[in-house]
Amino acid sequence: MTDSKYFTTTKKGEIFELKTELNSEKKEKKREAVKKVIASMTVGKDVSALFPDVVNCMQTDNLELKKLVYLYLMNYAKSQPDLAIMAVNTFVKDCEDPNPLIRALAVRTMGCIRVDKITEYLCEPLRKCLKDEDPYVRNTPAVCVAKLYDINAALVEDQGFLEQLKDLLSDSNPMVVANAVAALTEINETSSRPLIEMNTQTVNKLLTALNECTEWGQVFILDSLANYEPKDEREAQNICERITPRLAHANAAVVLSTVKVLMKLIDILPRDSDFIAQLIKKLAPPMVTLLSAEPEIQYVALRNINLIVQKRPDILKQEMKVFFVKYNDPIYVKMEKLDIMIRLAHQANIAQVLSELKEYATEVDVDFVRKSVRAIGRCAIKVEQSAERCVSTLLDLIQTKVNYVVQEAVVVIKDIFRKYPNKYESIISTLCENLDTLDEPEARASMIWIIGEYAERIDNADELLESFVEGFHDENTQVQLQLLTSVVKLFLKRPADTQELVQRVLSLATQDSDNPDLRDRGYIYWRLLSADPAAAKDVVLAEKPLISEETDLLEPSLLDELVCHIGSLASVYHKPPSTFVEAAVPLRKTLPKSTVGGSEEPSLIGGTSMPSTQQTTVIPSQDSLIADLLSLDLTPHPSGGNSHQPYAQSAFSSGLDDLLGLGSDGLLGDSHGASGLGGTASPPSVGFGGGVQPMVGMAGAGALPFGAPTLPMGGMGGMGGMGGGDIGGIGGLGDIFGGITPAAGSGYAAPKQIWLEAARSKGTELQGTFLRRSGQIVMDMTFTNRAMQALSGFAIQFNSNSFGLAPAQPLQVRPLPPNQSADAALPCKTDGPVQKMEPLTNLQVRIHFYSHFRFMECRNSL
Amino acid sequence: MIGGLFVYNHKGEVLISRIYRDDVSRNAVDAFRVNVIHARQQVRSPVTNMARTSFFHIKRGNVWICAVTRQNVNAAMVFEFLNRFSDTMQSYFGKLNEENVKNNFVLIYELLDEILDFGYPQNTDPGVLKTFITQQGVRTAGPVTKEEQSQITSQVTGQIGWRREGIKYRRNELFLDVIEYVNLLMSQQGQVLSAHVAGKVAMKSYLSGMPECKFGINDKLTIEGKGRPGADDPAKSTRTAVAIDDCQFHQCVKLTKFDTEHAISFIPPDGEYELMRYRTTKDIQLPFRVIPLVRETSRNKMEVKVVVKSNFKPSLLAQKIEVRIPTPPNTSGVQLICMKGKAKYKSGENAIVWKIKRMGGMKESQISAEIDLLSTGAADKKKWNRPPVSMNFE
Repeated sequence: MTDSKYFTTTKKGEIFELKTELNSEKKEKKREAVKKVIASMTVGKDVSALFPDVVNCMQTDNLELKKLVYLYLMNYAKSQPDLAIMAVNTFVKDCEDPNPLIRALAVRTMGCIRVDKITEYLCEPLRKCLKDEDPYVRNTPAVCVAKLYDINAALVEDQGFLEQLKDLLSDSNPMVVANAVAALTEINETSSRPLIEMNTQTVNKLLTALNECTEWGQVFILDSLANYEPKDEREAQNICERITPRLAHANAAVVLSTVKVLMKLIDILPRDSDFIAQLIKKLAPPMVTLLSAEPEIQYVALRNINLIVQKRPDILKQEMKVFFVKYNDPIYVKMEKLDIMIRLAHQANIAQVLSELKEYATEVDVDFVRKSVRAIGRCAIKVEQSAERCVSTLLDLIQTKVNYVVQEAVVVIKDIFRKYPNKYESIISTLCENLDTLDEPEARASMIWIIGEYAERIDNADELLESFVEGFHDENTQVQLQLLTSVVKLFLKRPADTQELVQRVLSLATQDSDNPDLRDRGYIYWRLLSADPAAAKDVVLAEKPLISEETDLLEPSLLDELVCHIGSLASVYHKPPSTFVEAAVPLRKTLPKSTVGGSEEPSLIGGTSMPSTQQTTVIPSQDSLIADLLSLDLTPHPSGGNSHQPYAQSAFSSGLDDLLGLGSDGLLGDSHGASGLGGTASPPSVGFGGGVQPMVGMAGAGALPFGAPTLPMGGMGGMGGMGGGDIGGIGGLGDIFGGITPAAGSGYAAPKQIWLEAARSKGTELQGTFLRRSGQIVMDMTFTNRAMQALSGFAIQFNSNSFGLAPAQPLQVRPLPPNQSADAALPCKTDGPVQKMEPLTNLQVRIHFYSHFRFMECRNSL
Repeated sequence: MIGGLFVYNHKGEVLISRIYRDDVSRNAVDAFRVNVIHARQQVRSPVTNMARTSFFHIKRGNVWICAVTRQNVNAAMVFEFLNRFSDTMQSYFGKLNEENVKNNFVLIYELLDEILDFGYPQNTDPGVLKTFITQQGVRTAGPVTKEEQSQITSQVTGQIGWRREGIKYRRNELFLDVIEYVNLLMSQQGQVLSAHVAGKVAMKSYLSGMPECKFGINDKLTIEGKGRPGADDPAKSTRTAVAIDDCQFHQCVKLTKFDTEHAISFIPPDGEYELMRYRTTKDIQLPFRVIPLVRETSRNKMEVKVVVKSNFKPSLLAQKIEVRIPTPPNTSGVQLICMKGKAKYKSGENAIVWKIKRMGGMKESQISAEIDLLSTGAADKKKWNRPPVSMNFE
């Protein structure tokens, strides 16, 4: 039995030959011919010309032949709809066949033929099959209804197939139930309105069927259970109890789907109960066992474990060792294991982790080695006690002189310096020795940052930087920006002998460069330095906020969504399904008690998608810039009150006059006072947002001293070291204009409204209202921190508005740890600058806090 | 759900292509070939997303099996399915390779029609499939009685999908094998970093009728925490307590019963199957210690010395020991001296295979090898990643 010969016929006139063979009287020859046709079809040859001849072979009692003809039909019926009708009779006849296998086959195949005329004929047999006595036959139309729904949804609803499908949920055969569930889930996802409601009764039926159906059926049922929200804790607990035995199933998909349902239900159960503790204990071993499955399944499991570890670090914290990399793991498994190792690293196991990582750094695969070196740095930042050892490990690695290891090590050492400033300086000399080997932009930029930061301790810092300046124009933008900042730092620290250098760099950056970001930054430094060196020092050498401990964490709202998708593709990509699937209805799942509201895209995406809606703005030539800005300041911008226009305007990405806009705010701020911003406040402030974006692209640290100068001088006092480069701005402009909610305030104490949504502002939620207390207007606000790090240093500023509303005293809000909220009442006076707003009740308020910058607008009738 | 399924040979030619859903077009076939099979770099992930289409692939033998989808499918399920599909093919026609796939393409299409409907996996148990998808099409050729048909179908969908009714044996037999793999991670200093035993219970049953089998579970052997059952391990019955971290069962095992009564209760499939897998991490005594010594004497010479020490009781005996010592790919010749057993350099496998018939407990044996290396300019630069020495024994 060598069917491979069918693959080798490539003669000319083949089609003709096949035709005669297909019409041959001999059954054997016919069968051979059909096989040849299928083989050519597989390879991608077009054999649709044979359609009528193949269809003629359909009436046969040979099941094998029949199946092949059906296969051919499924492939070509669409291209030959008229001819396909010829087959209908045979199909209908087959649907009546005494043999259940043939009945099922006929219905199944008919469902796959996407030709309208055939679909019409499908309804009748389908209805019969739904009530067939044989479970094997009943099983098929369950899926067939889903197929039909895909072709013609209206028809399915008209014919009442959905009702019949629902009846199948109570079928005596578990496999029929499972397929019906799968079909219903799919129909539910594609239709605009929910077609079936899950209730306690159906859930109970499903749970019963769960114990008896095939492994795939169990996956379907579990996946649909994940969409069900139990009414109360008892029901949730009941479901948990009934599905936990599935964790011992041999099929990884069953295990992961069970984990998904459990993870979702845990949130509903009362916190800290024994039941949860027990459940969590049961979750860990099956997940570890998944790591001895096939590598592809391991990969899926690891991607999911990565999510679970972020959501509930306690589940796997004891299991560090199983994530140690094996030599024969495929590279994708190694990379994922490494990621999880870092997440699980803590003080108790850090020694082991480090020795492993050091081992990995000598592996063969370049990417893996790089990631390992980076991981060592992350350990140092995460576990303070280990920093010393991490640094010495990194030094050892630098001594190996392997080019990419050294470069990677330099990058992480920069991060370590940021976390532990003024420590471990002794290694700087070693780093300087390896200056020549660095050829990647990121490594060069990091090295330059280190030199700039510790300029006073490196004797030949000026020479080193000078050597970089030699080839300024050949450098990557990232390096150029960093070089500029570092030279300015050097100048501020050692003004005596570096004046020439700084002037050279500034002129290189401003005059000889085509890069707007670079030019802008150059101009700002230049003005700062020439206007007030002392202020420049405050700004450029300002204290930097420490970088956060955990890196690469997913946004909490995204994480919650992904937890609902455990086991699925979304969890493998770590992206919400909407980003890679075209769905008719964007379906967004969140955890039951999750507080993240709105159907807004996560703000990560927000920033980048915005420029598409921008207006085109001509970038003014350099000379006219200042004039432009002056006029900006003096003429009230007509769109100042309308939130949408500046929003659009702000989106131009070049950031050229945005940045300068800020710079001149600073310069002009003195004369105009804070009120100088006036009605035009929005364009400059937006400009800042635009300016932040390019900064994000730079080596994190370098951006900081740069982000700082604009603000204090702009009269927005009290918010010196914004974490701009690090975190701010990622959300882009959307953040700044977050929460534009018209407050339809009626009466004195209008209920608090959400002015700023957490999802749009990287985790800060602000609710508020205006009310009158003993004759004074009070702005009553609740701040809620939904971000991952603490917020502090709150300050508020009102833009000029129609009522002259202004804060009577500074905003008093205590520092906010993550996931807590604070109330604040801000008494207001009405003697501030008055500016007519459009509409009249428009009020723009800026809230600042450490590490972020928010601009919000509230309209209120007072 | 799965939109289409393709099988390629190692050159990227399509051997099997079956499309289940309308959203996947034939172009996907080429997209995968160009971007994954013919990709310049090593494949970095078993899942690839191109133009909103996701490709899942596994490689078995010299064929690629690839599932395509445009939906947010259950990724674990797709990979489980692909593995099961390849297992099923293997149980039909042996080794999975290009030649066999071509020879059996009609059969594979029949299988695909049966095990996947509209992208939803159906019953994939080879035992059941064999009852109605036969290589020769015998069943369909002869007249089939109605009873027989309904028997087949009820079995396909029935609760006990893995066993036929009316099996009869003159002698009822049940064989049980326990196979354990010790996975060990050692530091350079010879310190054990992590060790775990992955074991499986393989069974062969030749029993008549519909027997329900039950394995007693020794309740003493529970894992810490209440309600967590442990399993009695027949192979280690000499030792009283074996703590099992986790176990997985064949789908014939009633999981709910296991949870409540700690009994493995099941109706066995006919023939060979894997009843359970388990994993333990505690009290692992290594039966052997392998100590390798590698010295690079010059640019094209290397010395390897491997010492094997048996660590078990002197009364026990290990049989058919096989130690595999990997060698660099540019090895040109090997001189071997070993104290015991036979050793041979197998150039095709890039390894020295050292076989010892039997070895008592608490003994030591040694092999030393001198490896001549070819100096090939380019290959030299790429470091040899020194795969570990592995060993097998009974």
